[in-house]
Amino acid sequence: MSVKRLSATLLALLMLLIGIVPSLAQPSDAELTTLIDALAPGSYSDREAAIAALVATGDTRVSPILNTLSEGNLYVVESTGRVVYVERQGDNYATTDPLTGADLGEVGRRDAEKVRVNNNLRRVIRSAIGQMTLLSDNPATRRAATQSIMRDADPVNLPLLDEALAAETDPGIKTLMQTARAFIVLQDPAASIEEREAAAPVVAKSGDSSAITVLRGALANAPDALKADIQASLDGLSRDAAAWGAVQNVWYGISLGSVLLLAAIGLAITFGVMGVINMAHGEMVMLGAYTTFMTQALIRQYAPGLAEYSLAVALPAAFLFTALVGIAIERGVIRWLYGRPLETLLATWGISLILQQSVRTIFGPTNQMVSNPSWMSGSVAFYGLSITWNRFWIVMFAIAVFLMLLMILNRTPLGLQMRAVTQNRRMASAMGIRTPMVDALTFGLGSGIAGLAGVALSQIDNVSPNLGQGYIIDSFMVVVFGGVGNLWGTLVGALTLGVANKFLEPYAGAVLGKILILVMIILFIQRRPRGLFALKGRAIEQ
Amino acid sequence: MLTQALFRALDTKAWWLIGILIAAAILVPASNLLLSPGQFGYVPTYLVSLFGKYLSYAMLALALDLVWGYCGILSLGHGAFFALGGYGMGMYLMRQIGPRGVYGNPVLPDFMVFLNYKELPWYWLGFDNFWFAMLMVILVPGILAFIFGFLAFRSRVTGVYLSIITQAMTFALLLAFFRNDMGFGGNNGLTDFKDILGQPIAAQTTRASLFAATAIALALSIFVCSMIVNSKLGKVMVAIRDAESRTRFLGYRVEYVKLFAFTASAIMAGIAGALYVPQVGIINPSEFEPSNSIEVVIWTAVGGRGTIIGPIIGAILVNMGKSYFTSALPEFWLFALGALFVFVTLFMPKGIVGLIGQWRTMTTKREQAPPNAALQPSSPETSQAAERGEDPSTMLVEPKPAE
Repeated sequence: MSVKRLSATLLALLMLLIGIVPSLAQPSDAELTTLIDALAPGSYSDREAAIAALVATGDTRVSPILNTLSEGNLYVVESTGRVVYVERQGDNYATTDPLTGADLGEVGRRDAEKVRVNNNLRRVIRSAIGQMTLLSDNPATRRAATQSIMRDADPVNLPLLDEALAAETDPGIKTLMQTARAFIVLQDPAASIEEREAAAPVVAKSGDSSAITVLRGALANAPDALKADIQASLDGLSRDAAAWGAVQNVWYGISLGSVLLLAAIGLAITFGVMGVINMAHGEMVMLGAYTTFMTQALIRQYAPGLAEYSLAVALPAAFLFTALVGIAIERGVIRWLYGRPLETLLATWGISLILQQSVRTIFGPTNQMVSNPSWMSGSVAFYGLSITWNRFWIVMFAIAVFLMLLMILNRTPLGLQMRAVTQNRRMASAMGIRTPMVDALTFGLGSGIAGLAGVALSQIDNVSPNLGQGYIIDSFMVVVFGGVGNLWGTLVGALTLGVANKFLEPYAGAVLGKILILVMIILFIQRRPRGLFALKGRAIEQ
Repeated sequence: MLTQALFRALDTKAWWLIGILIAAAILVPASNLLLSPGQFGYVPTYLVSLFGKYLSYAMLALALDLVWGYCGILSLGHGAFFALGGYGMGMYLMRQIGPRGVYGNPVLPDFMVFLNYKELPWYWLGFDNFWFAMLMVILVPGILAFIFGFLAFRSRVTGVYLSIITQAMTFALLLAFFRNDMGFGGNNGLTDFKDILGQPIAAQTTRASLFAATAIALALSIFVCSMIVNSKLGKVMVAIRDAESRTRFLGYRVEYVKLFAFTASAIMAGIAGALYVPQVGIINPSEFEPSNSIEVVIWTAVGGRGTIIGPIIGAILVNMGKSYFTSALPEFWLFALGALFVFVTLFMPKGIVGLIGQWRTMTTKREQAPPNAALQPSSPETSQAAERGEDPSTMLVEPKPAE
């Protein structure tokens, strides 16, 4: 620590102490401007003194100016010596007063010069801003300042922090300040062994994400007397982190599983209930995503006010559109191929090629931009778990779709007829159920659900003509694994595969994890050829 | 024994085919090498390579037909066996580059130098020897098919399920080969080949010889397939295709018959891949794309499955169409391919060969059964019968209650 810096800090502290006294008169704007202009001339050490003087005023407007300075965006006009903010205007700079924001006219680009800073000055500015804000009246500002000091971990700030601790009334911030103090002490080679020994558990308890790194760093350069203590704190932390890591992994798994569930649940109907293998299922998902894109484009054009609610419009639109496409496919192609699953596979593959190429021809092969509504962006942290909103809503949506489908199958006349036709087609026909219509509607329902999945996936994946291809194999895996003709099987299958995938990833990497999952499914089918929730009885035998 | 097999195995059609192929294997290279451009009957070099490629595709389609047309196993993973064989050949060719690569390392291929490999991975050892490489071309697809088939057939995974699992296998291999740290060149694959068996790979003579080798290999495959399908084993295979449960009840070990067909077919596909690579000069993971495997199915279906000649006709015709349209009307090709899938399954279940058979019966006005009885009911009434589950062989997968 240079003597110069120490003196500057002491000076600043001194001024600060004076500044804390509330009766001190606030400096006028003119005086402040003079102080700001003093930032430009002289050497770096002069600049340091000027910064200290500015901080001593305790004016809250100083901190953004200092910030700008540390970013290197503060300029000085050579002719007047004024320090200003600038903005490019063609070949000139428009200058504004940093304090009041008043317009100071344009100057040529040659006439203004950057106020230079070096790393040392940046550090001084950081701690200066920290000081200013640690003692501000606004609790949020104090909290942010404490956090920034904690990250810097510069022992210079210790006296200042103690100062603030003494004055702090808010218990939450007080704890944070104590944590920050522990962080600084632990990383300060000059601190005594006892002090550091006391600091280690505090750091470990802080729950801060950087605690592990800090403790590891401290462990590396700690004297032997300290090593055991720090190691103990570190072990406790690692255990916690591992536990939270597992929870986080489960969440990622559930999130992936719900995506798989959305993609596969339509298949569970077409493949599971009807025995139709629909290779164009992925393309239905893709069409749903493109419907979302189209809906958003139309809303942007005709009713920009509704942009937040575009998904609410896109859901029914996607469902209807893909259901209609599905019904057309069923009536046009699939109905001639009932009872010939392999031919159905080939024909629907052909349809999927045609659909993909159509979308490519209409919209081009590139990704389309689909915007997220504001309530689906951002994330929330919960102890060691972070949940992004869009994933959260997709999980909710998957659950909702699943429950809705259960209701449709078990509580509506259509569901009853569907089950009747799948159990015994000829008997159902004899009872007056129009089996062809039920076939078409069932296929439409499965396709419509795929369209809904497409709306959800458009929020987290690239909307391109190849969107569906990425999901088709996984969806089939889910259905095969979960057992055919059973929604619960699909649910369990999707979640199991999702969670297993996320737990394998850290050990095996994403690709190898996927391969392992495929191998596991193949081995699992050895044990249970009909999946988890197989139905028993003669009807299943081909 | 062998002579018996020969005389029983090969009907006149197969002999004709083999004869034509051997004639082509001699005449095409000869015309390419001996005649000069502009003379009548001269075959330009690019056409020789192109048709060599088609013939290796035809061999792949024939391999698929052995399991699908004759045994009822719709494999969507034959592209993977083809690509594995191709990689075997590609590895041999990479080792033949020697110090002529960009980085000039005598042992390590360029991409390994680029990825800071210090030595050859163990699985690359021996690939500088041609015969060892060819052994691997046969063994790797064969063993993979054997293990996979053993697991799948033992647990009686049939029909569509089997197709999906073979597709998943292909997909898994695609993902694996795309990785740089697998040591197979990542997504660039293996390319920049220089020599094959000491001959410069781009030379006219080499290309002509490769064509001849492919034609001979295809002729051999036809011979082997024909032998298999006309033997008793082949009859059991057809029985499995038409009614698996009944065949099992008659006491045949269905799993083993299927396993034999699947493994033999995979080996054939691997050899086709090994012949394909030196003629196109590159092998990369996109050969593992599931869509490639399913395209092979459509070649077979277009030509006519359950026949020896069908898949060969189909592969050559569809690929000629593909070569033409992808350059002339690139957008149109995928539409055409998609439409082909739909059209063939709906209206031409027996493919071109079936059409010729129908046309023959119409012209001669004789009620003769086509050589291969209908694989699937194609007329409306039979398919309705199937839908009602009246013919156990084509019984509908009885759907299950939805709870």
